[in-house]
Amino acid sequence: METKAFQRVYTKIENITKATVTVKASGVGNEELATVNGNLAQVVKIDGDRITLQVFSGTEGIATNSEVIFQGTPPTLKVGDQLTGRIFNAFGEPIYGNKDIGGEEREIGGPTVNPYKRIQPSEFIPTGIAGIDLNNALVSGQKIPFFADPDQPYNQVMAEVALRAKADRIILGGMGISNDDFLYFKNVFENAGASDRIVFFVNTTENPPVERLLIPDMTLTAAEYFAVDKGEKVLVLLTDMTLYADALAIVSNRMDQIPSKDSMPGSLYSDLAKIYEKAVQLPNGGSITIIAVTTLSNGDITHAVPDNTGYITEGQLFLRNDSDTGKVIVDPFRSLSRLKQLVIGSKTREDHPQVMNAAIRLYADAANAKTKLENGFDLTDYDQRTLKFAKDYSNELLAIDINIDVTKMLDTTWDLFARYFDKAEVALKNELVVKYWPK
Amino acid sequence: MKTIGHIKGITSNLVTVVVDGPVSQNEICYIILEDVKLMAEVIKIIGDLAYIQVFESTRGLKSGMKVEFEDHLLEVVLAPGLLSQIYDGLQNDLAYLSTLFLEKGVISPAVDYDAIWAFTPLAKVGDIVTAGDWLGSVPEKFIEHKIMVPFAMKEQYTVKSVIKKGDYKVTEKIAVITDSEGNDHDITMVQHWAVKEAITAYKEKPRPYKVLETGMRAIDTFNPLAEGGTGFIPGPFGAGKTVLQHAISKQAEADVIVMIACGERANEVVEIFAEYPHLDDPHTGHKLIERTTIICNTSNMPVAAREASVYTGMAIGEYYRAMALKVLLLADSTSRWAQALREMSNRLEELPGPDAFPMDLSAVISNYYSRAGIVTLNNGQTGSVTFLGTVSPAGGNLKEPVTESTKKSARCFYALSQQRADSKRYPAIDPIDSYSKYLEYPEIEKYLEESRENGWVKKVNGAKTLILRGKEAYEQINILGDDSVPIEYHDKYWKSELIDFGFLQQDSFDKMDSNCPKDRQHFMFNLVMDICYSEFKHKGFEECSKFYKEVINELRQMNFCEFNGDKFKEYKSQVDKLISSQRI
Repeated sequence: METKAFQRVYTKIENITKATVTVKASGVGNEELATVNGNLAQVVKIDGDRITLQVFSGTEGIATNSEVIFQGTPPTLKVGDQLTGRIFNAFGEPIYGNKDIGGEEREIGGPTVNPYKRIQPSEFIPTGIAGIDLNNALVSGQKIPFFADPDQPYNQVMAEVALRAKADRIILGGMGISNDDFLYFKNVFENAGASDRIVFFVNTTENPPVERLLIPDMTLTAAEYFAVDKGEKVLVLLTDMTLYADALAIVSNRMDQIPSKDSMPGSLYSDLAKIYEKAVQLPNGGSITIIAVTTLSNGDITHAVPDNTGYITEGQLFLRNDSDTGKVIVDPFRSLSRLKQLVIGSKTREDHPQVMNAAIRLYADAANAKTKLENGFDLTDYDQRTLKFAKDYSNELLAIDINIDVTKMLDTTWDLFARYFDKAEVALKNELVVKYWPK
Repeated sequence: MKTIGHIKGITSNLVTVVVDGPVSQNEICYIILEDVKLMAEVIKIIGDLAYIQVFESTRGLKSGMKVEFEDHLLEVVLAPGLLSQIYDGLQNDLAYLSTLFLEKGVISPAVDYDAIWAFTPLAKVGDIVTAGDWLGSVPEKFIEHKIMVPFAMKEQYTVKSVIKKGDYKVTEKIAVITDSEGNDHDITMVQHWAVKEAITAYKEKPRPYKVLETGMRAIDTFNPLAEGGTGFIPGPFGAGKTVLQHAISKQAEADVIVMIACGERANEVVEIFAEYPHLDDPHTGHKLIERTTIICNTSNMPVAAREASVYTGMAIGEYYRAMALKVLLLADSTSRWAQALREMSNRLEELPGPDAFPMDLSAVISNYYSRAGIVTLNNGQTGSVTFLGTVSPAGGNLKEPVTESTKKSARCFYALSQQRADSKRYPAIDPIDSYSKYLEYPEIEKYLEESRENGWVKKVNGAKTLILRGKEAYEQINILGDDSVPIEYHDKYWKSELIDFGFLQQDSFDKMDSNCPKDRQHFMFNLVMDICYSEFKHKGFEECSKFYKEVINELRQMNFCEFNGDKFKEYKSQVDKLISSQRI
């Protein structure tokens, strides 16, 4: 950070802990940025003239006579069209190339959109993945995470979704991702020729963990610029929110706060909501859609991070390894898109809601048949057929390597119905059967 | 002289202020930040140090900044014009604000002070009046909005004058009343009330004795909510809490609905803004928005204002109750409110209770629930506030502090089960775990016998028993296998499924099925129970399940048809035919 004129410099630090330093200073604002021995820090507590700063990179090597320089403003990002195609660190500084990008300086973590000014989301976002489009359709202005175990290919799926989603702008916030994953995203987007609409904010595992607390706000400030100022449809990708929450826990612990469930800070719900609620459909046609990743520990959704996330987001997408087909599928039972009702059957073909429900119901019958089989009971003819149906359904529709449009997905589902069941067993509305049942 | 203070310390939204004069607990104050004022509330006082929670972001605040104390507590404005409004937790009118973003320190008036209201006097000169007594009325939407002696006036007064019938602004003097010492008090249509205190300007608060119809079969018949009663809906995410609450708000037989979106998703509130102006109230035919006030403090709005939002909503509900109206107050979700209390308690460095919630959580919740109730006003008329809150238990575990504390105070418990939600059995209200204490009230039992039929509560309990028996039978079938259990087990299981599919399940998105009035519930319940108490001959378990599946299908079709219409009767006769073919 360059030094500006008339900044006051303090050189007498009173206290140093693992994450914070305390210095006597006056005229300092809450949440203001400063540098401590050249490391970026933020004001977290004021007690009279004793100012406590959180040093993002940790306090290793900081001496009691280190220089503390206050910047006079909270964290900011320079926004403008020149953000496009660039890769930034957690402080909004370009990692490669020209450091001075210019643009208008804006405070990050700004105010909330007036709920009354929001528009009800209504635009379908096709991804080509049937486990999403058919069963859990995404809508612009929605916020939805992938719930996945660390060994699952969530970053790949997310990159695919992002490229197919036809967004005007894709902004990726990487928190604690490995350098390999970062390079993967970079290559995928470059190879797909999408550099002209991508912006990256990255904190890899090589950077200090506390820095990643700035990533979501940086990412969303850029998103608000493109959506609010430019009226663009912006897709924000956040990976991995569990690592973000871990950083929150580290800070709260160092600030001596009483932990609540799973050692997370008591404010976890509000902290996560502030990020996810930036998803919005705006009256000017612009929108911010957030797709995030929340990694689970062994599929446990009762852990504080996925649990709080589930109460905030508009559904969740579960990835699961399907033992029948050996593929990764989008789990039709535990996945949910709360906004799908706003588009399915209206923005997609009329039979969409009924076909979706019937297929899931039959898939559930297959799951029951499987339990029966495992418990050593005889299977009826119907049970046998549901099992065959389930296998084909996983293979031809639920698997994440599928890329077809939603009409083709519906046709495929009708084909599967006809392959294994009679019309009464599928029990769909008669007018739909007449129209769509394969001849 | 206002007390003035200066900021000493800041930790997140907790600010400490050195004051130069008297301050009181929960007093409102404003921090002067350049050209805006940030509202805050005193939550602790030590010596000359006041601890205040700020209702906005504290970014940019500095040590030494000036703070002005207002010498009153957090208040709501009570006046004509509250209906159809969309407020934040501090009663700022969100529709009034023109900017896309909610800028710091921006406030907007709670009601339109320039609007003209057609006033009709109700009190006469010489009348003896106390707080809450009606002096006149103005038409607001389709209700008669009463102008009352302000609740804060605790004495007995004599009406000295009342303005004549005509059009006035809310701030104009409409009456003068005189206290016992001969002092005159001017009354306008506006009064203020400190939200955290209950409005008790009524004669008595009897036990609830009537049922509030919600149009939901699983509630009205199985576990009815009393008018003036309390209930809560706990459930894991995705179980349908919000859909259920929205459905109730659309159909419930109430004069006024206050919806508090407390720390929840903004898009859910947008749904209300977008739909309610177009939907009809099934009881009056007016638009739903006309009877609704929305308090919208979504999850990304400041935490302290979230705490205030539930009280703001309650005070508005109590205000309309004092006009002899039926008010239904809905809060989604009270867990977010409890979390706001937890965050503050944490910053105050109080010793934590279970799961780091404050020790007095249980007391705070029960105090809040106790403000609901049916009341007899001073003029003998009745009004009610019925409260229904949702709870979002962490990890779906009902043994967490907010659920447990709420269970102690709410009389109805509508447990939403993940299992039911997963198998798309909506509403996911668990018929075995849920309860309504009101079914045990003799007053309610009598009411139900008069409005339904003799022995109604017994019949309902009979249905509950059948569901439990069915569940037990199902477990046996699963352990022993389909053909290793007697056929009666299958019969028992399918009877419970019949009650579930044919009666309890209800499609909130279907035009006809979403609202089921009491006569229709009465008819369907009797039909289902008749079948359940009949004995059938089944050749084997496959035939048994086939028979019940067919009956269920016909019952479901009935639920989707107009009550007593041709189609409905057609399906009914199909049911009768099926039943008589197999009945012993």
